[in-house]
Amino acid sequence: MTEHDHHHHDHDHSELSEIELRVRALETVLTEKGYVEPAALDAIIQAYETKIGPHNGARVVAKAWTDPDFKRALLEDASKAVGTLGHVSRVGDHLIAVENTSNRHNLVVCTLCSCYPWEMLGLPPVWYKAAPYRSRAVKDPRGVLADFGVSLPKDVEIRVWDSTAETRFLVLPMRPKGTEGWSEAQLSELVTRDSMIGTGFPRTPGAPS
Amino acid sequence: MNGVHDMGGMDGFGKVEAEPNEPMFHQRWEGRVLAMVRALGAAGAFNIDTSRFYREALPPDVYLASSYYKKWLLGLEDMLIAKGFVARDEVTGGHAIEPAKPLKRGKFTVGDVERIMVRGQFGRDATAAAKFNRGDRVRAKNIHPTTHTRLPRYVRGHVGVIERNNGCHVFPDSAAIDAGENPQWLYTVVFDGKELWGNDADPTLKISIDAFEPYLEKA
Repeated sequence: MTEHDHHHHDHDHSELSEIELRVRALETVLTEKGYVEPAALDAIIQAYETKIGPHNGARVVAKAWTDPDFKRALLEDASKAVGTLGHVSRVGDHLIAVENTSNRHNLVVCTLCSCYPWEMLGLPPVWYKAAPYRSRAVKDPRGVLADFGVSLPKDVEIRVWDSTAETRFLVLPMRPKGTEGWSEAQLSELVTRDSMIGTGFPRTPGAPS
Repeated sequence: MNGVHDMGGMDGFGKVEAEPNEPMFHQRWEGRVLAMVRALGAAGAFNIDTSRFYREALPPDVYLASSYYKKWLLGLEDMLIAKGFVARDEVTGGHAIEPAKPLKRGKFTVGDVERIMVRGQFGRDATAAAKFNRGDRVRAKNIHPTTHTRLPRYVRGHVGVIERNNGCHVFPDSAAIDAGENPQWLYTVVFDGKELWGNDADPTLKISIDAFEPYLEKA
């Protein structure tokens, strides 16, 4: 590490405490002015940490894999179809499910900011919100997939969905081979977050999770 | 606005680096920032489009050098100051000095948390018939508004096909500048890779955006 790098490293550390102080200052002002209750902020964070996450999307995908009527309904109107399942969080009105097939692979991005189906997948990972993914997904999706170790046959159509409005997209990945007769609960364990964004595949049976 | 946030098609940002077992928040303050933005939005201090506009309006060097939640913090401070909810010297000093400005929906309390875990509704009643139908060829207008827009630069001037009508939605370009919801038809428009990126583009590539009717003209 050069001296220059060291300097940056130290700088980052001091910036970190600086930003913590800055966030605390703002929260204090907002509290003193009576705009928010700190306990309500705690409760928001706790709700994000416990209520949303890719397990919600995984249940939807596993159900679509086992129930042809549900799959049809999901592709027709995902908000309505997901709304019929009491056990997943409420997704609002503008969820669209897009199906991967042997001819077509779907990939979801938000080039302008970080739009993502929170209720289905949780908060987006850092890479989804960062410049490398946002800049390249629409122009070089195969290169982006290679960064994830994913490669697709050359003749498979790649469809990129840029989330430029309040519509949100959930990729319905292909059901892995060798899962005939599996229950919904077993199947949902195979569904990864990335497989529902389009940057990965579901796990295959027997592979380490 | 033609800002650095509009990144589709830019080169030079390097590889996508995924972090294994990434935590929801890397630092405690990130969660506080997220919660403050959600709470004040729900209390009616600003709408989601305005909050995006303030992040986009950060100076380009600040935008690119800041982590995601730092952008949220800086945008939130600027927005609350511009809208008169807090003063700059209060933010710097860390204490309230001036009287509070009333919030449209009042103080955000624990009882409001459940409400914000349900996604907002953006669909609105139509005020006019939709101009375009599925299968119509449309051109994304060559427009360069200096305020918030959701029409990315990489499609402007290019021809695509209407794939789906998503109904009438709040128009972000208006909502972001407090010019009302001004609902507009929202379409999924699909472009061929070659139309956007030239003959060297991947021949199997198709890209869609969701475009509001004012962004489009018949091709």
